[in-house]
Amino acid sequence: MIIASNVSKQFGKLKALDDVSTTCNKGECIALIGPNGSGKTTFIKSILGMVVPDSGFITFKDKNILHHWKYREQIGYMPQIGRYPDNMTIGQVLDMMKDIRSENPALDEDLIKAFSLNNLLNKRMRTLSGGTRQKVSAALAFLFNPAVLILDEPTAGLDPVASEQLKEKIIAEKEKGKLVLITSHVLSELDELVTRIIYMQDGKLLFHKSIEALRQDTGEDKLSKAIAKVMTK
Amino acid sequence: MTDILRNRIVLVYTLFLLAASLSVFSLEDNSSKGLLSLLNIILIVVPLVSIIFSTIYVYNSAEFIELLVSQPLKRKTIWLSLFTGLSASLLVAFFIGAGIPVLIYQATMIGFTMIAVGSLLSIIFVAIAMLATVKTRDKAKGIGAAIMLWLYFSLLFDGLVLFLLFQFADYPMEKPMIAISALNPIDLSRILILLQLDVSAMMGYTGAVFKDFFGTYTGIGFSFATLILWIALPVWYSTRKFNTKDL
Amino acid sequence: MKPCFFIPALLFYTGVFAKTIHVGANQLYKNITSAVADAAAGDTLLVDAGHYREKNLIIKKSIVLRGLNYPVLDGENKYEIISVMANGVIIDGFRVVHSGISSLEDLSGIKIYDCKNVIVKNNLLEDTFFGIYSQNSTNCTIENNGLTATSKEEQQSGNGIHCWKSDSLRILGNKITGHRDGIYFEFVKNSIIWRNTSTKNIRYGLHFMFSNDDMYVSNVFSNNGSGVSVMFSNRIKMFSNYFEENWGDASHGILLKEISDGYMQGNYFARNTSAIYMEGANRIFMAYNTFANNGWALKIQASCMDVVLEHNNFTGNTFDVGTNGSLVQNTFNHNYWDKYEGYDLNKDKIGDVPYRPVSMYSMIVEKYPPAMILFRSFITSLLDKTEKILPSLTPENLKDNAPLMKKAF
Repeated sequence: MIIASNVSKQFGKLKALDDVSTTCNKGECIALIGPNGSGKTTFIKSILGMVVPDSGFITFKDKNILHHWKYREQIGYMPQIGRYPDNMTIGQVLDMMKDIRSENPALDEDLIKAFSLNNLLNKRMRTLSGGTRQKVSAALAFLFNPAVLILDEPTAGLDPVASEQLKEKIIAEKEKGKLVLITSHVLSELDELVTRIIYMQDGKLLFHKSIEALRQDTGEDKLSKAIAKVMTK
Repeated sequence: MTDILRNRIVLVYTLFLLAASLSVFSLEDNSSKGLLSLLNIILIVVPLVSIIFSTIYVYNSAEFIELLVSQPLKRKTIWLSLFTGLSASLLVAFFIGAGIPVLIYQATMIGFTMIAVGSLLSIIFVAIAMLATVKTRDKAKGIGAAIMLWLYFSLLFDGLVLFLLFQFADYPMEKPMIAISALNPIDLSRILILLQLDVSAMMGYTGAVFKDFFGTYTGIGFSFATLILWIALPVWYSTRKFNTKDL
Repeated sequence: MKPCFFIPALLFYTGVFAKTIHVGANQLYKNITSAVADAAAGDTLLVDAGHYREKNLIIKKSIVLRGLNYPVLDGENKYEIISVMANGVIIDGFRVVHSGISSLEDLSGIKIYDCKNVIVKNNLLEDTFFGIYSQNSTNCTIENNGLTATSKEEQQSGNGIHCWKSDSLRILGNKITGHRDGIYFEFVKNSIIWRNTSTKNIRYGLHFMFSNDDMYVSNVFSNNGSGVSVMFSNRIKMFSNYFEENWGDASHGILLKEISDGYMQGNYFARNTSAIYMEGANRIFMAYNTFANNGWALKIQASCMDVVLEHNNFTGNTFDVGTNGSLVQNTFNHNYWDKYEGYDLNKDKIGDVPYRPVSMYSMIVEKYPPAMILFRSFITSLLDKTEKILPSLTPENLKDNAPLMKKAF
């Protein structure tokens, strides 16, 4: 579904992405893992067209995404930090998004209900806590039933209940055959979610394996331990 | 998309302009003297508020812009809606704050010119602000750049012109001055108002050269075209930059 | 005003034996020349309406020439139309058109040669080279005439009312437009110019040279090429005149050059490039004048001495006073300046700090005229403000020590 070929990106002296190639297929839930500044977010932004690679290309459903924007209809993105115009209410933000993506009538309001955002529709964004904003971001990402979900640190800032609800939602969507891309620091959370792991460091893609393969290779059951083992190798 | 701006700062700005223009008109017994004081507000405060507010606003909504970019939207659409949103709200603020008092107290050609020029200046400095933000990633640097730009247009530029004038005092400088004034939207606006306000003094020989140029329909057309160019060029360039910008 | 009525009365008195001669298409005399030839001193010629081509009508007898319903006297663009060469002639109620144009002679609509007590009144002069011309005459009255010329160029146009080497003239209530100079005085003494309107003349509304002891009152001078010019004259009195909309670099509401002992009161200057331009003026007293919305209210060159300004109102002028030097020997006192920003703590309606009417920027513009384009910009107001605090360029003692808080009148 998403194919990256030899993607490189440089910010000044920093090589954010260094010759990254990978393939992501539907029905997978892929965890993007790596230390801070390893290029995870840059990679996600490249897929979303927010960052234009210096070289290499990315295709989405066999089409080069460069200078295209329509393909993003099929992506739901939840940013790491969700900030919205201070003076808009949640309702207005939702309406605006619906307005932008009006071509997709089948709305998935599961998360709005789960987070009971309906009760907060008239709250201004400025008055919300970080967690609530995060909930709005998550709800927005899932709202339009996209084929691909890209979640940047989805559980950061969420309370345990919400976090659990989100995880359930992710699993459910994966079951429906959607592609889910997650970055996270909290490896323990990913255990039950992910099917494949992409590990990045210093802008390089170190490996891309299924979680089973990783477990076999390392002999560890827990993802966090497995990763730790890889890193110390 | 455009109604992003029910901002408290805009409200304060509106009230400030309103208070300033009302007090200016009611304090001065002579309403053309009120216009003079208002001229200073228009030429100094309007660009300042426009540029600073727009810069800060764009930086503050950086994350939201990112989110919008991730949506199925053309970047051009996002950037242009941001521009229209900002200029529309600042225009409304300017119109309520300064336009209406002017219409009440001075519904003359001077008043209309002033409103037109103030509106154009508001938009021009939104455009310039957006150019500044797209060029610099760092917020502090960007706001600094915006303030420097404002300082340049409202003060340094004129200082340079004055300096040039003294240096080339022996040459006929009238014609070049017209060309130079086109390089600064604030100067251009000021001259347009000056021609209405100080028409007697502008009729002196040198002034007559300016008057002959700016006072004619072609001159006024040229000035307004230049002002609109001052909007179009920064918007066009910043849109181009924004299109290829990494967020 | 008394002499003005006195003269006709005198004429009627002496004319007890005078007869009245009618001229017109249906009268005995078909043209005026033949009637004048048969008239005796003291007779009255009544001319019916009609179109008369009299070539140059010369009057050498003291007669009254009166037109009924404005008979037209046509100079066919060749001749001087009426030449008056006798004392006490009255010319009343004619339409005098199309005089000749000459660069050698001053061909006029009506010209008075070396006479006394001539009255020219209620005539309409159109397309004449010079309008009404008084040469070496005394005690004449030019009253209620309308003069209109249409030439565009200075060479093609003479002056409206031209007075040369005359004494005790009365120029009253005339309307002059389109001439070179509206009213021209050279070597004219003891005369009064009252209630005339001189507008849209090519050069000056009023041109005044080498003429002493004259007075002009309640005239309107507007929209003239270069305003009004008063030069090389002494003891001129100017009261309640309007000087308006004289625009251009060399144009002034009034130019005072080499004038001494003048007196100006109650005049109104509005929307002129410079309302008063003074050069070599001495001992001029100006009071109760209004200066409104001019480019410069007063341009006073350093060659002026003992000019006194009191109780004048300065409002809405771009610059109040401009000067070219730092030496000031003139006095400003008790004027109202709308740009004055001082205060009045003791409430005596006089500002407690002096007002300096010369702004720094006006000095700069004086030196570098193109700097006008920067006027009212932030930097120039900054310059002006600093100059107010620390005067360096502007003349130190050019100031009004007792500026009024409210308008002087």
